[in-house]
Amino acid sequence: MRGLVRPVLLLAWKDLLLELRTRDIVSSVLVFGVLVVVIFNFALKVTPSQVDQLAPGILWVAFAFAGILAMNRAFVLEKDRGSLEGLLLLPVSRDALYFGKLLGTFLFMLAVEAVLLPVFIVLLNFAGFSGGLALAILLATLGFAAVGTLFSAIAVHTRSREIMLPVLFFPVVVPVVIAAVEASKAAIGAGGMVEYGRWLGLLGAFDAIFLVICPWVFGLILEE
Amino acid sequence: MSAIRVVGLWKGYGGPPVLRGLDLDVSWGEFLVIFGANGAGKTTLLKVLSTLARPDSGEVWVAGFERRREAQAIRRSIGVVAHRGFLYDDLTAYENLAFYGRMFGVSNVRERVRQVAARLGMEHRLDQRVRTLSHGMQKRISLAAAILHDPPILLLDEPEAGLDQEALGMLSRVLQDWKGEGRAVLMTTHNLEQGLALGDRVAILAQGKIAYQEERTALDLAGFRGTYQRYLEATS
Amino acid sequence: MERAESKPHVETAEDRARAGYNRLSNALLVASGVAMLLNLYLIFIYAPLDATQGQVYRALFVHVPLAWISFLAFGITFVGSVMYLWKGSRRWDALALSSAEIGVLFTTLVLVTGVFWAKPIWGTWWQWEPRLTTTLILWLIYVAYLMVRSYAPNPRQGARYAAVIGIIGLIDVPIVYFSVEWWRSVHFPHVVGPLADEGTLPASMRSVLMFSLITFTLLFAYLLRERLALKRTEDALKDLRDTVESKQ
Repeated sequence: MRGLVRPVLLLAWKDLLLELRTRDIVSSVLVFGVLVVVIFNFALKVTPSQVDQLAPGILWVAFAFAGILAMNRAFVLEKDRGSLEGLLLLPVSRDALYFGKLLGTFLFMLAVEAVLLPVFIVLLNFAGFSGGLALAILLATLGFAAVGTLFSAIAVHTRSREIMLPVLFFPVVVPVVIAAVEASKAAIGAGGMVEYGRWLGLLGAFDAIFLVICPWVFGLILEE
Repeated sequence: MSAIRVVGLWKGYGGPPVLRGLDLDVSWGEFLVIFGANGAGKTTLLKVLSTLARPDSGEVWVAGFERRREAQAIRRSIGVVAHRGFLYDDLTAYENLAFYGRMFGVSNVRERVRQVAARLGMEHRLDQRVRTLSHGMQKRISLAAAILHDPPILLLDEPEAGLDQEALGMLSRVLQDWKGEGRAVLMTTHNLEQGLALGDRVAILAQGKIAYQEERTALDLAGFRGTYQRYLEATS
Repeated sequence: MERAESKPHVETAEDRARAGYNRLSNALLVASGVAMLLNLYLIFIYAPLDATQGQVYRALFVHVPLAWISFLAFGITFVGSVMYLWKGSRRWDALALSSAEIGVLFTTLVLVTGVFWAKPIWGTWWQWEPRLTTTLILWLIYVAYLMVRSYAPNPRQGARYAAVIGIIGLIDVPIVYFSVEWWRSVHFPHVVGPLADEGTLPASMRSVLMFSLITFTLLFAYLLRERLALKRTEDALKDLRDTVESKQ
C-alpha cells in the first residue's frame, strides 16, 4: 500500500495544479451544468409541490452529464498533449495510474457538484441539503468516477471519443443513477431512513465492486 | 550482459506485422543509431523496448530485465525522449521536471533539477511556462526529464527533429558525455549526418528486421549513404 | 513453367477433423430445423389457450427462451473475454465476439417480442419492469461491446477493449437487475406482469416452454458454430493477405 499512496497523490496533485492554472475543466463543466438546469426548467414545468419528486432527478442528470464532460476532458487533454505516454513510462504500477487519475477526476467532479448544488437549490427552490444528501453525492460520484476513469481511458483511443464514452458509461452506471436519485429523495425527506439506507448500501456495494475490478483491467488496456 | 537484447521480436497491430523476427544487441557503453524509412518500425521498436507496447512473440531484455515480467524495473532503468514531448504546457519547466523527478523517485529533487538544467544550459528558463518556450528549449527540457533519474539506458526517437544548430550541438555533447559514462544509448533518426556523427554503431531497420549494421569506424561513408538510399527506395 | 505433378489426395488428420466438424454443423442444422418445426407445432397448436391472455400469450414460448439464451451467450462472451485477456490467444476473442453478436441478435428479438406481447396485454408498449429493463441495458452494453471494436485504432486493441467491456458488462447486469427491482417496488408496488407467470404455468405449457428452450439452444449452438467458422476463415484470409503484403 505504501508504494501506492505517494504516486497517487503526486498524480492527482499534478492534475489539480494544471486545473488551477488553466481552469479548463471546472469552468466549462460548470457552465454546462447550469445550462442543464435552465433547459430542464423549461422542458418540465416544476411546480412547488413536485419539487421534491423531480428535483433529485434533474440534479443527477446534470451531475451525470457534467461528470462525463469532466472525465472525457481529463484524458483527452493528456492524449492530445502527448503526455499520456509520459505517464505510461513512469515506474509506477498501473494501479497507481488508475487511482491517481481517479482521485483527480473525483475531486473535480465534487468541486463542480459543490458549486452546482447551491445553484440548483436556488433555481429550483428546493430545500433540504443534509448530511445524508452529501454522503449520497459522495458515493455516487465515486461510482461514476471509478467506471468513468476506466472507460475514458478506452474511449480516448477510439475514433469517435465523444460518443464512445457515454455509450460505454451510461448503461453500466444505471444502478448508480437509480440509487443516487432515490437516496437523494430519501435524504431530503421524501422517503424514510430504511429507504435511504438501502440505496446507500447499493451505492457502497457498487463502489466496492468496481473499485476492485476497474484497476485490475485498467493495466491490461494501456499497452499497445 | 547486454544493455539491450532482442531475439526474434514480432509485433503487429492486427494487420501485417511491423517487426518480423527482429534481433538486436546493444552493449554497455555503446551508442547505436538506427536508420529506417517512415513506417519501417523504428517507433514500434522503441515502444516495445520502453514497455509502451507488448511484443507478440520473441524475447526482449532491457538493462537485464525481462520485458514481460519486469516492466516496471525497465521503466526505472530507461530515459525516453520521444518525437513528441511529454511536457505539460501550462506548467513551468521546473514544475514539469519536479513532477517527473518525484515520480521517478529522485531524491533531492530541487537540487537535481537545477543540476540537470545547468548541464543543459536552461537554468534561466526554469520558471517559464513550457507553452512560452521555443521548440528547441522544449526538447532540452524533455531531455532533462529523461536523464533526471540517471537511467543507465537512453532511448531517443528522432530527437533532432525541429532543432536548430545550437540545440543540435548541445544534444550531441550531452549524449556523448552520457555514453562516455558507461551507459547505453539507442537513437533512431532520419538525419544521416547527425546519426553518423554520434553513433558508435549504425544499423538500418527494413522489412521488420535489422537489415544492416556496422561499426562506424569500419564504415565507408559514401558506400553507406548508397546502401541507405537503396533501402529507402526498396520500401517505397 | 513446369506442370505440377498431380498427387493422389491423402486424407490427413486435418481433413478428418474438418469433416467431423462439418458433420457436427450439419447435424446441428438438421436438428435445429426439425426441432423448430416441431416447436412451431407445439407453440401454436398443442399448447392450450390461456384463460386471461388468449392467443397472444404464445409469445412467451419465444420470448423467455430467447432471454435465457441471451444470458448464456453473454456468459460465453464473459468467459471468452477473461481467457483472451489471460492467454492472449485469438481463438478466445473469436468465441467472445461470435457469442456477443448472436447475443445481441437474440436480445433484440427478446425486446421486440416483449414489446409486441406487452401491447395487447398491458395496453402499453413498454414497462420499466426489472427484466425488460435489464434486457434493454444488456442490449446497450453489448452493442457498445461491438462498437468499441469498430472504433478502436487497430483490431488488436479493439479486441482488448471489447474484452474489458465483456467482463464489466456481465458483472454489472445483476446489479442493474437488483437496482431496477428495488426501484420498481418503490414506485410500482402492485404491478402484475404477464411475464411473471412461469412459476404458475400448467404442465402442458411448461413442457412446451422446455422444448422451446431446447430448440433455441440448438439454434444458438448452430449459429455460434457457423459464426466461429466464418470468423476463422476471415482471420485466415487476413493472415494470408498480411503475409503477402509483407513479402512485397
